[in-house]
Amino acid sequence: MAAKGYVRVMSSTFDTVAQVIAETSDVPMENIKPDAHAIDDLGIDSLDFLDIVFALDKKFGIKIPLEQWTQEVNQGKASVDQYFVLKNLCARIDELVAAKSS
Amino acid sequence: MRLEYFDLIDKVDELDLEGSTIRVSARLPEKSPIFDGHFPNFPILPGVMMLEVMNHAAGYLLYRRFKGERFVFLGGVKRAKFRRMVKPGDAIEARAHLTHEGSGFSVAETTLTCGGATAADAEIILISQAFPNAEIKAALAKHSEMLVAPAEA
Repeated sequence: MAAKGYVRVMSSTFDTVAQVIAETSDVPMENIKPDAHAIDDLGIDSLDFLDIVFALDKKFGIKIPLEQWTQEVNQGKASVDQYFVLKNLCARIDELVAAKSS
Repeated sequence: MRLEYFDLIDKVDELDLEGSTIRVSARLPEKSPIFDGHFPNFPILPGVMMLEVMNHAAGYLLYRRFKGERFVFLGGVKRAKFRRMVKPGDAIEARAHLTHEGSGFSVAETTLTCGGATAADAEIILISQAFPNAEIKAALAKHSEMLVAPAEA
């Protein structure tokens, strides 16, 4: 049961992210998959991504550190995939939510 | 107010940096090339200029929250309504309240009033980032000094 509950938590983050992307961009829901890259696969540009981050900040009660992520990518300290492949984005969100409640 | 120079705020009347609210005022000029074209024999302030006044109010609030260290500009308009006409010589007030401060962007609810009635309202996104050069930073700092609210002076 515990494992099932864990899966549900993970999928709920993805469901919320997918719903936000579908609502704030022209990307059809069927294209929004955990392995999809927000920029390369879904074609979301930086301004559209701001709308998505705004909605996610509100829904999860967090502040996604977009500037820090961009800086890390630009400095070669992180890959774009770490933040912009949706399953990784969901994992980062779960970390931010966990850090908030701890 | 000098419309053609996008010098749109005459005075900052209230500035609450902790509460993230601002109220500014300005009086529209009687004459402007903008009024000559918009419209001949029926001069009214274009809606995009109303939006720009609200953007300036919210932008100045953010600029001051960042202590003049970040360059703030309009990134998006989530909603805007233009409800009343504003005419040459009218006194206007703009209010802005930050509803969300994200990483590198903020969201503001803004209103523009004329004669106590709402002339426009909008929800806007403002981007904030490092200044592109020292000259623009210095120019904005100089302009900011002229807008200091009475309570701060």
